Amino acid sequence: MLVLLVMNVARAAESAPAVHDPQLDERVRALAETLRCLVCQNETIADSPAELATDLRKQIREKMQQGLSDREILDYMVARYGDFVLYRPPLKTITILLWFGPLLFLLAGLGALFYRLTQRRKEAEVELSETDHARAKALLKSDDNEIP
Amino acid sequence: MKYYLVLAVFIVLVAFLAVGLTLNPHEVPSPLINKPAPHFDLPQLRDASKNFSERDMMGKVWLLNVWASWCVSCREEHPVLVEFAKSEVAPVYGLDYKDKREDGMSWLERFGDPYRISASDYDGKVGIDYGVYGVPETYVIDKRGVIRYKQIGPLTPEILKHKIIPLVASLNNG
Repeated sequence: MLVLLVMNVARAAESAPAVHDPQLDERVRALAETLRCLVCQNETIADSPAELATDLRKQIREKMQQGLSDREILDYMVARYGDFVLYRPPLKTITILLWFGPLLFLLAGLGALFYRLTQRRKEAEVELSETDHARAKALLKSDDNEIP
Repeated sequence: MKYYLVLAVFIVLVAFLAVGLTLNPHEVPSPLINKPAPHFDLPQLRDASKNFSERDMMGKVWLLNVWASWCVSCREEHPVLVEFAKSEVAPVYGLDYKDKREDGMSWLERFGDPYRISASDYDGKVGIDYGVYGVPETYVIDKRGVIRYKQIGPLTPEILKHKIIPLVASLNNG
């Protein structure tokens, strides 16, 4: 239903930085890789061709040039778009299941396995009574006799 | 007994998947709800010599609708918004997002102008401050300048009737 930001190819040109600074480029790229593009949600801001991602990369660069730390820039993004922009969600009460859910499943699986194994061992350890022993012996003997 | 267990696991799985299907991953809850509307001071679309700021609206319950002439679903939403503006439930102001002035103005000429004022956010910076990612978006802002509701995607008569109109009424009384 929701039609997303239409890419406006005509205006997509990213304004080139005045001075080329490979170190800054690298910092921008590294940070942009940890942020989710809200238009194409399975892409990072570093990879997405959406115009919003271009604008946000520009914004990251500007903030870095203003001397903000990576942490401050992440806070700036979260204040606007929520935790969802972070590819690595913060540990909060609401995200506990997200972080520890897989561990929970692993523990449940291990528990089920352990239960099955102990059950099987119980089944294997069948106590034989005197008559059972006698019967077994008789059967084994009759077996011997049948061998030609 | 064992079959019941398998069946139970299967039903739980189906239930999870069924709920998952009804959720829209594009509707990300905004962290701006119940926070003061970010400040902006932008030139007006029709008269660039005048500015429009969210501070001009203190003391009023109003709607800020983010739109653009290039936005396809804005066109779908537009008649709904024109109709709503006529009802005068709440004043509607526009933020023309990443749009050329001429394009925005001719779009309003063609489809009608529901906005008291539209502000021109040519470089999209105010859009970023408002966490805009899917135009159209609509914010309901209360008398103290706090964002109380955000609609991502086009407004529909149902959303207006069941969410926005009751919310505006309660904010006006509050």
